[in-house]
Amino acid sequence: MIEYWQKELETISRKDLEKLQLTRLWQTMERAEKSSFYQKVFAEYNISADKIQSLEDLKKLPFTTKDDLRNYYPFGMAAIPLKDCVRLHSSSGTTGNPTVVLHSAKDLDEWANQVARCMYMVGIRDTDIFQNTSGYGMFTGGLGFQYGAEKLGCLTVPSAAGNSKRQIKFITDFGTTCLHIIPSYAIRLAEVMLAEGIDPQRDTKLHTFCIGAEPHSEEQRQRIERMLGIKAYNCFGMSEMNGPGVAFECKEQNGLHIWEDYTIVEIIDPVTLEPVPDGEVGELVLTTINREAMPLIRYRTRDLTCILPGECKCGRTHKRIARFKGRSDDMIILKGVNIFPIQVEEILMQFKELGSNYLITMGTIDNNDEMLIEVELGDFSTDDYSRLQNLTRTITRHLKDELLITPRLKLVSKGSLPVQEGKVVRVVDLRVNS
Amino acid sequence: MTVNQISIFLENKYGKLNELLTLLSKENIRIIAATVADTTEFGILRMIVSDAQKAHQLLKDNNVSVNLTEVLAIAAQPAADGFADILSHFTKAGLSIEYMYCFSSKEKSVLILRTNNRESALEVIRKQNLKCITENDLMNL
Ligand SMILES: [Zn+2]
Repeated sequence: MIEYWQKELETISRKDLEKLQLTRLWQTMERAEKSSFYQKVFAEYNISADKIQSLEDLKKLPFTTKDDLRNYYPFGMAAIPLKDCVRLHSSSGTTGNPTVVLHSAKDLDEWANQVARCMYMVGIRDTDIFQNTSGYGMFTGGLGFQYGAEKLGCLTVPSAAGNSKRQIKFITDFGTTCLHIIPSYAIRLAEVMLAEGIDPQRDTKLHTFCIGAEPHSEEQRQRIERMLGIKAYNCFGMSEMNGPGVAFECKEQNGLHIWEDYTIVEIIDPVTLEPVPDGEVGELVLTTINREAMPLIRYRTRDLTCILPGECKCGRTHKRIARFKGRSDDMIILKGVNIFPIQVEEILMQFKELGSNYLITMGTIDNNDEMLIEVELGDFSTDDYSRLQNLTRTITRHLKDELLITPRLKLVSKGSLPVQEGKVVRVVDLRVNS
Repeated sequence: MTVNQISIFLENKYGKLNELLTLLSKENIRIIAATVADTTEFGILRMIVSDAQKAHQLLKDNNVSVNLTEVLAIAAQPAADGFADILSHFTKAGLSIEYMYCFSSKEKSVLILRTNNRESALEVIRKQNLKCITENDLMNL
């Protein structure tokens, strides 16, 4: 039998859910109008809550962007007096102003409930011992999970980030059963355990990991599960939307339920800004409908994903979003077609002859915009010239089927593409008119 | 009856070939024969070296994608009709030659061949009593 943290809300009918969303959208707009930012925006667009008749009308509202948050730093988005706020989280901006998110006491309580709901969904109970390896402080993965786990009733171990040996000592000494951890660190921790002669399955009580905060592939998840003999669930959060708890995988491990009693979810084409149908990739746009201190309306997350069509076997009616497919900032437009580098990557990764390094170059040849994809071979070589030609042709055909344009594919030898430190450059645009 | 050939994917970038050859010579691996098949896009460097296994490992360790292929190495008379005789044995047996190249040392000429069917090719060699060069011979060339 499937157990729910809040059965009524989690399995609410779509009709009732949409009714609830509309009511909460009205409340949100009324509150938002008290912030200096939305006061200006609503006046500019001549809109107010009474002009919204249905969820469809949401489209009449303008988008909110990260730049708006930066420009109204620090308190220009506050919809309630600061004396009624009890916490702020600020994200460090690498460029320009950082962003600030304010919380009332009720906001914090709702956020904790959101996280508790997620954790309960993946089987975590008040009998569990939950260790949070997130950094605390401004980073929302720390306090976000802390309050959520306490709300759920777990015994919490706020171990915070780093020091693998200490983490492992807590896990074995306290009998930790659940962990919140970054995927790459989960693999590191498993390696340290093995090096220390600790068998995660024999010597620990670990059974469930909440993994998130950095993009990871399905293969990486399965590797974590195998290495540690646990179940790992993908969690999604972003600091502008409180932090963790926005969306979370259920036990089906097929998409992340996004809590629609907290947020209204839209997927838009980042160029036309029009909604895309379910199943189609676009930019995730979120509206908070259960936040007092700092409502955000149609916030453009820049994250690319899609709504998974169909109902989930777990019985929850809240929509599921797919694993993230990149950032809309990375989108390329070629010959009127929208292309995301991740699409290219997904095709290339299907060929075992290829390595993992590739470079997309957009250029103008004879007044035509062309895409050149250079990809390194992996540990593959051949004495047979026709095999290379066939490989080139097969990959090109697969790329064409996915991208709808025909790129020029060039196989290059292993190690010949530039390797950058930090953020990898995958796309170079040399087009004349760009 | 066969020898190992080293095949390396080559982009048409200056210096890449030079780099590879320097790597081999530093380890005293001699290049007995080499050929590059190329187009504007890329090429394949095929080589017969004095120690194919050692060369293979060395290149691998240096992050070069490399392939070892068994090829036929047949001793021939150093005249054009010597090559023609040998090739005709294979074509008469219905085999097609995927590629061939040759090298000479002192009085000996050697034909390097790859056909589309290894077993039938070996059969031809046995029947026609052709003289093959072995890996050991290569080290002593
Ligand atoms: Zn589900």
